[in-house]
Order: sequence, then C-alpha cells, then structure tokens
Amino acid sequence: MTTMNITLNGHATEVEADTLSEIVRTVTSRRTGVAAAVGGQVVPRSEWDTTVVHDGDVIEVVAAVQGG
Amino acid sequence: MSDGLKTDPLVIAGREYSSRLIMGTGGVDNFDLLSRALIASGTQLTTVAMRRVNATAGVSVLDVLRDLKIDVLPNTAGCYTAAEAILTAQLAREALETDWVKLEVIADERTLLPEPIELVTAAEALIKDGFTVLPYTNDDPILARRLEHVGCAAVMPLGAPIGSGMGIRNPHNISLIVEGAGVPVVLDAGIGTASEAAQAMELGCSAVLLASAVTRAKDPIAMATAMRLAVESGRLAAGAGRIPVREFGVASSPTQGRATL
Repeated sequence: MTTMNITLNGHATEVEADTLSEIVRTVTSRRTGVAAAVGGQVVPRSEWDTTVVHDGDVIEVVAAVQGG
Repeated sequence: MSDGLKTDPLVIAGREYSSRLIMGTGGVDNFDLLSRALIASGTQLTTVAMRRVNATAGVSVLDVLRDLKIDVLPNTAGCYTAAEAILTAQLAREALETDWVKLEVIADERTLLPEPIELVTAAEALIKDGFTVLPYTNDDPILARRLEHVGCAAVMPLGAPIGSGMGIRNPHNISLIVEGAGVPVVLDAGIGTASEAAQAMELGCSAVLLASAVTRAKDPIAMATAMRLAVESGRLAAGAGRIPVREFGVASSPTQGRATL
C-alpha cells in the first residue's frame, strides 16, 4: 500500500491505501447506502475496487441521514 | 359520488401512493419515536438528507424506513448552488438506488428560501441525467410553471419558510399554482398544525410534505395522526363541492309549517 495525503470528508488525512475501496473502509464498514465521489465525480460502487487513489485527491463518502 | 371512505391515490411519475402525506425524518433524535410517528402519519414516502459518513454511526435512518416499507426520497438540503445539488443527487442515486430526488437549492441560511435560478438550472441538468425531480420551490406560479416545463415530475411550493410553522402565507398563489399545473402540486414547508395541512388540500394540492410540524411537536405521534386525518379531510372536502360563501344567513330548516306560538 502507498502512503498518501488526501482530503477525506473535508479533513486532511494521511492514509495507507491504493484503491477507493480501502479508503471507504476507513470510514465505514457499510457497503450499501453509501456513495463516494473523487474530485467531484461520483464513482459507482462497482468501480471502487479498481479506482486508484492519488496523492492530493479530494474524496467524499456520504450516506443517508435524517432530514426534511 | 364517492363512498366518502377513501381518498383517491396520489400518482407521481407513475408511482402510486394511497397516502397523500409525505414526511420528512429530520428533527427527532429518537429512532423509536420517529418510527412510531411515521406509522401514525400513514406516510409511504419519506425524505432523507445526504451527509458525510460518520464512522461512529450505528443504526441508519434507512434501516428504520426499510423496516416500515416506506419509500425513500433523498433531498439536496443544504445546497446553495446547482453544482452542489447535482452532485448530491448523483451521490444519493448511487447510495440509495433511486433516481427520485427532492431538489432543494437554497439562497441563504436565514430564510432558507429557494434560489430560483440555480433551482431551474439544477432541475434541467438532473432531468437530462435521468432523474425524477421534485423541486422545492417558492410560491411563485411562474416559477412553478417553468419547473414543470423543464420536466419536473411535481412542483413543491412552500407555504412559508422551512421549519417556520407559519402555515400558508399566500393561499392565492398556491391556488394559482394548482390551477396552472399539469403535474401534482405538493405543499412543502411551513406547515405548523393540522388545519394548515387541510387548507393545503382544500386549495387543491395533491399532497403535503412536512417534517418539523410533527417531529418537533410536543407529542409527535398525536400530531402525526392529526396530520394524516387533516390531509384526508382536506382532500375529501376539496372534492366534495363546498357551498358558496354568502353574505347573509340561509336557513337550513324549512320556513313552512312553523307552529304559531
């Protein structure tokens, strides 16, 4: 695994990871009800394993919460 | 003439609901209470928001809705621009496997009023991308018409600002929106109590969407029940053909055959 600095959910984070799957796993064990975007582009769940993360990437991992 | 026992179903983009009350889930911390309020409301379609995942989160609101077999309607609450709202809708589609979205693009935090230009821009883009768009809009008949023309599946004018509980501030505009609309009109935001939900239906709205009025009431379950009954009553009254308003009294007892006393 590669050590890199990314922005994960708004926080500068140092992670050891190669793929988006590994990044998502650091914030949640859920695989359903969760979505991820890299650099403002949604990455479908089916592509998480093959999506390579790069140093400096801005990644958002979101899920549903209560709301009006 | 109907049997007066049931209201006709709500149909949005081909989906049919027997309940005309759409609920939000925000405003209550306790999932058990939320669950009981949702059951009492009779709702079959309920909004959720999309937020950054919190590693400590346990039971999800989605688990609650799944158990209750209530359809989920993700919103784009908190978005100020079309770009933010579009990305939020796309994330929701990926996470929740629905292409329905309650589109919210607000102008500022104080009023929470919709930003009309960004709203129309986002609606057009999302419809092009295959979404079923239900926009939260101002009580502006012209904007509502525009949203319908770009392909929105419903229009959802506010009665008053989100969470304000001020009721329907401009009933005349809501009537104008209903008159001009070829898609369902959902009164969204501003409802404080049951009579206002009934009023929305009497004005011809197809459904009412509310959250705070129930979730922030002292007794959410009682208020949810009141809202369910109000929406049903309002719908029945709207179709029942009310009597004209007259300036003077009109006796309902016969004037013939009175005894001489």
